[in-house]
Amino acid sequence: MSWISACKLDDIEQEGAIRFDHNGRTYAIYRGPDDSVYCTAGLCTHEAIHLADGLVMDFEVECPKHSGAFDYRTGEALRLPACENLKTYPAEVVDGEVRVALG
Amino acid sequence: MDGIVIIGAGECGTRAAFALREAAYSGSVTLVGAEPHLPYERPPLSKPVDGAVQMKPICAAEALEAAGIDYLPGLSASKLYADAGTVTLSDGRVLSYEKLLLATGARPRRIACVGAELALDFRTHADAKMVFSRAEVGKRVAIIGGGLIGMELAAALRGKGIAVSIVEAAPKPLGRAVPERFAATLHAKHLDEGVHFHLGQGVAEITDNAVVLADGSEVPADVVVAAIGVLPDIALAEAAGLATGNGVLTDGFLRTSAPDVFAAGDCAAVAQPGGGHVRFESWRNARTQAETAARNMAGANDPFTAIHWFWSDQYDLGLQVAGLPQPAHQSVLRSLGGGELEFYLDDGRLVAAAGLGIGNSLAKEIKLAEMLIAAGVSPDPVALADPGLNLKTLLKSARAA
Repeated sequence: MSWISACKLDDIEQEGAIRFDHNGRTYAIYRGPDDSVYCTAGLCTHEAIHLADGLVMDFEVECPKHSGAFDYRTGEALRLPACENLKTYPAEVVDGEVRVALG
Repeated sequence: MDGIVIIGAGECGTRAAFALREAAYSGSVTLVGAEPHLPYERPPLSKPVDGAVQMKPICAAEALEAAGIDYLPGLSASKLYADAGTVTLSDGRVLSYEKLLLATGARPRRIACVGAELALDFRTHADAKMVFSRAEVGKRVAIIGGGLIGMELAAALRGKGIAVSIVEAAPKPLGRAVPERFAATLHAKHLDEGVHFHLGQGVAEITDNAVVLADGSEVPADVVVAAIGVLPDIALAEAAGLATGNGVLTDGFLRTSAPDVFAAGDCAAVAQPGGGHVRFESWRNARTQAETAARNMAGANDPFTAIHWFWSDQYDLGLQVAGLPQPAHQSVLRSLGGGELEFYLDDGRLVAAAGLGIGNSLAKEIKLAEMLIAAGVSPDPVALADPGLNLKTLLKSARAA
């Protein structure tokens, strides 16, 4: 597993998300209410919408267009019209820096 | 036969069919759709990808089968016998029902002028294919109607480099559904993008190569699209003697005047707590009303209370509106980096919000506003205007109170 540096923890609002693009692919990185970090595929599984534009509440992110929702810790689709789970990737914070493993 | 029959397989009817199963309804579910395809999403129709009109099914055939939904495409209902509890389909077969849902939707309003038959509609997948196949680069398109559909179509066509004119009878575009501030911003955006507007103008005639306006001037056009709104499809209900108005009238539980017959989505005009009936035309409404109607057909007794919400994408701008902003409301503007939000207060209480920004950049603020509306808050207008006040914090304190 190769870790890459994505951003600073402070770049992400608490209970928030940012978009992260790498090697032509797009991801979403989340900072939970407890400052834990998570990474998922960046686009909603229902339609190609960037989830980082969606509202993060607790450990849930809601698609900004059709209100499908996911648990960003596990990628589980929680609410229609999303029915396919999101792919997740390992994420961690080291010295205030968020690192993700996208391999 | 028992079971539930749903007439109309658009977003509403299809969502209702699945929602019946989610409500643990175990009887038969029959979904009758007039179009030949699997149920499909309409919002993508105005956004072709690589020149091709998208056909995005709402669900796979396997999903219908797995849910035990009997889908009958290419059929409509020709006669409803509400007293007998039967409905006759266009192929002559008769279905009896325990409960029936009218999700017949709406159809484009036809323009009344000489040459009206030359105007294309924009509602179905077939309509979209016709419009985009005829509107090639080098052709001039005139869109009659500067509402949401007309403006979205104009944006898509300008994206392909096609010359577009919009003819609108009102003095401004988007006057009906969009708050004035954002209607003006979108109008300016279309002007920047090179759309020609002919405002405050009726149409006298459509010819092979022009739209002739009421003042006699001509707007050159190789393709003419009429986007002057829709009419609810109420013919079946009307002929069956159900109460109708601007839609099939329902009570707050989406029940029509006939026993065991419900209505939802674009065709339904729902009784409001303050009196009168309101009919909504949006993707979200089609789904939320479908869910309420399905639960109630399965035995629940839930009033329909969802806050109205819609979006519109034009060029790189995304508009979202929650609630029903009225000119009489006090409006509070919040300027953000990527766009603007406007909140609408009725006697101090937050009742609606709208946002216009790049892409979906304001979506989360509108979602929070929607939750604040549902929470019944009366926020301080000065705080609302301040971008430094986090709406999520406001929501959490409202919920804790």
